[in-house]
Amino acid sequence: MEQKTQVFAKDTEQDLLITREFDLPVKTLFKAYIEKDLFEEWMGCDLLEFEFKEYGKYHFEKRNPKGDVIFSGKGAFHSFIPNEMIVRTFEMDVFSLPAQLEFLNFETITNETSKLTMHIIFKSVDIRNELLKKPFVQGLNMAHNRLQDIASKLNRIL
Amino acid sequence: MELRRDVFQAIADPTRRMIISMVAFQAMTPTAIAENFDSSRQTISKHIQILTECEILEQEQKGREIYYQLNPNGMKEIAQFIEPFRKLWDDRFNKLESIMKKHRPK
Repeated sequence: MEQKTQVFAKDTEQDLLITREFDLPVKTLFKAYIEKDLFEEWMGCDLLEFEFKEYGKYHFEKRNPKGDVIFSGKGAFHSFIPNEMIVRTFEMDVFSLPAQLEFLNFETITNETSKLTMHIIFKSVDIRNELLKKPFVQGLNMAHNRLQDIASKLNRIL
Repeated sequence: MELRRDVFQAIADPTRRMIISMVAFQAMTPTAIAENFDSSRQTISKHIQILTECEILEQEQKGREIYYQLNPNGMKEIAQFIEPFRKLWDDRFNKLESIMKKHRPK
């Protein structure tokens, strides 16, 4: 079975292509990217700043239950065409990697389905590869936090 | 103990990336590889050695000559790094889809 989300990365090129088909009309998919509350909900983060307009900035962070920031990132919207495309930059605060350029394309498949293509361009092949290794770190962080949650609940019971 | 080299170290260098692209096209002798570069034969040999230690290249003896070719198993490692990243986005997009399905005005 074909995977819904696909990631393409050539060994010698400094970019990544992420594609995904949604059981959503393209308008609804686009909305998830431009409305603050919805974006926060699916990304599981808090938006400290979110100015969806040309040259507008955004800044988000994710905290663990203890209140420590475990992930944060920021960037700027460069340009957009409603229901068609968004060009933005993105930079993580936590790993000190250079900014990346993101081209998001929204396409209609049928009235009820759509496709997102996310083309990310990195400063170099090395930077892209560094980033690819990060979900491991993040995964570990999350597992660690969950462990802490469970441990703190246990402490209360005992 | 010999340290097993990281595949990312292998592709960090532009010369090594060029060597990978070349042998991906066809198996080559070290001499044929070196002819494509201005660097010394020793420098290119060193790059080939690193790529072999990373298991990106493998040797094959054909008559008197040694040929280098891509080791398909070595290159799989990059795909292994992609999978957790893909999963991360897949989870996010699944969440987006379920949230927006509920959100849709009927």
